[in-house]
Amino acid sequence: MKKMICYASALIMCLSVFAGCGNSESSSGGTVSTDGSTSMEKVIGALGEDFQAKNAGTSFTYNPTGSGSGITAVSEGRCDIGLSSRKLKDDEKAKGLTETVLAYDGIAVIVNPANNVDDLSLEEISKIYKGEITNWSELGGSDLDIVLIGREAGSGTRDGFETVTGTEDLCKYRQELTSTGDVITTVGSNENAIGYASLASVKDTVKAVSVDGVFPTEETVKDGSYAVQRPFVLVTKSDKQLSDTAQKFFDYVLSDDAKSIIYSAGVVPAKD
Amino acid sequence: MKNKSKVFEDIIHGIFLILGLITVGCVLLITVYLIVAGIPAIREIGLFKFLFGKTWASTASTPSYGILPFIMTSIYGTAGAILLGVPVGFFTAVYLAKIAPLKVKRAVETAVKLLAGIPSVVYGLVGMLVLVPFVKKLFNLSDGASLFAAIIVLAVMILPSIISVSMTALESVPKEYEDASLALGATPIETYFRVSVPAAKSGIAAAVVLGVGRAIGEAMAVMMVSGNVPNMPSLFQSVRFLTTAVASEMSYSSGLQRQALFSIALVLFLFIMLINVALNFFLKRDKEK
Repeated sequence: MKKMICYASALIMCLSVFAGCGNSESSSGGTVSTDGSTSMEKVIGALGEDFQAKNAGTSFTYNPTGSGSGITAVSEGRCDIGLSSRKLKDDEKAKGLTETVLAYDGIAVIVNPANNVDDLSLEEISKIYKGEITNWSELGGSDLDIVLIGREAGSGTRDGFETVTGTEDLCKYRQELTSTGDVITTVGSNENAIGYASLASVKDTVKAVSVDGVFPTEETVKDGSYAVQRPFVLVTKSDKQLSDTAQKFFDYVLSDDAKSIIYSAGVVPAKD
Repeated sequence: MKNKSKVFEDIIHGIFLILGLITVGCVLLITVYLIVAGIPAIREIGLFKFLFGKTWASTASTPSYGILPFIMTSIYGTAGAILLGVPVGFFTAVYLAKIAPLKVKRAVETAVKLLAGIPSVVYGLVGMLVLVPFVKKLFNLSDGASLFAAIIVLAVMILPSIISVSMTALESVPKEYEDASLALGATPIETYFRVSVPAAKSGIAAAVVLGVGRAIGEAMAVMMVSGNVPNMPSLFQSVRFLTTAVASEMSYSSGLQRQALFSIALVLFLFIMLINVALNFFLKRDKEK
């Protein structure tokens, strides 16, 4: 008897834990499915969350597969909106896809404020990260070894930087850090260091260098004159109307309301 | 009436049973999950290639998943931390347990307890902002983030466990042993090192093993000072530990890369299990005496 009560009360305790887990989610309202670039995870995730909060009952999905797969998915009708972190190629456009630039991801190349190098060409940056230039004196700086600071594998910023500079899988990093903040702190405390960080997060503790003579600002990123940047593109089908919810989402992310969210994700909204 | 209070007792008993089972359940859940999640990638990559491959390039166009650099780094890093931390911790424990005046003992004990309570991210932060630039300057390196910096941080982090466990072991040595030794004409220092320490040796060994466990499992602090590049370990090079390999790539990983991270976690888990077995061995031996 004693044991019975003991086990029974144990069981009741167990069950009561699950009592609150009933599924109360209603599935009224439409869905928006997006598919594509992993680099856009942060911005599209934040936008999706806000969209869901503002439109109760809608559901938003994001499938991080990569730009290429996202473009294929939208052209095959497997998702509403494809996400690409590069512009569409001409043959993709010929297949009936439309691109709408959501935002620009500007990546600043940063050095320590004590470093007297102010300008680098894209080729020099690429050589530095491939380990072909190893001393600042080769670039007109003081006689110090160059310390390469980067982000961890899989990071969108790293992917963007390596794609633009043509250094995929070739970078000889000295440190791979897991956040923009860490990169900035490290570059700020080591005069040998060079790193990269999304434009929005650059602070006074580090110095952004101009690339091919163009200093990174929102304007130069937006007009395309600053080289280390890439567009975040929404890909849709030209001949097919979006579903109501998807259209609503599409309009929302390009609206002024979404701007602050896009900024907070570290990228520059494309529309003014 | 009597029956009623007995029912109440049984209910309480049941509640305690549940609370106990929660712990056991968590351990089982984690173990099973790690094995289930970790095996597929090892199968796909191949056990030998996974454990003894020297290159880790998880997002390259032709990815390779070799974790030997991580395993070696974790072993070297832990060994280094033990090499630095154990002598300091051990002598501190002997001093505090046997020699120190009460006031000094209290003060140092408080400091040790505080050291144990500092969150690892704080160790990492101080390491990143103070130790790394210091190492850079001291050895005239281009960058201070290295295995060496990680070893220093780990050595400091394992001090509290080594000191407090060794101290407990030393204090529980029966006073008669020491009295006998002193009565035979041995000096106090001779007594402590020839009588007390040998009598407490399994407790001290347990302290060391506990330190190993703490050092090998630490992620946050070493991530911030070690540079995180999957190089084979070398004292002043940027390195990546087993723990940091999982932590640094998890957030953006997908597919086989993610599975491989679980496999790394499984390897780490096996290391920790081994250490626990060793710890149990020392503690049991101590009790049997």
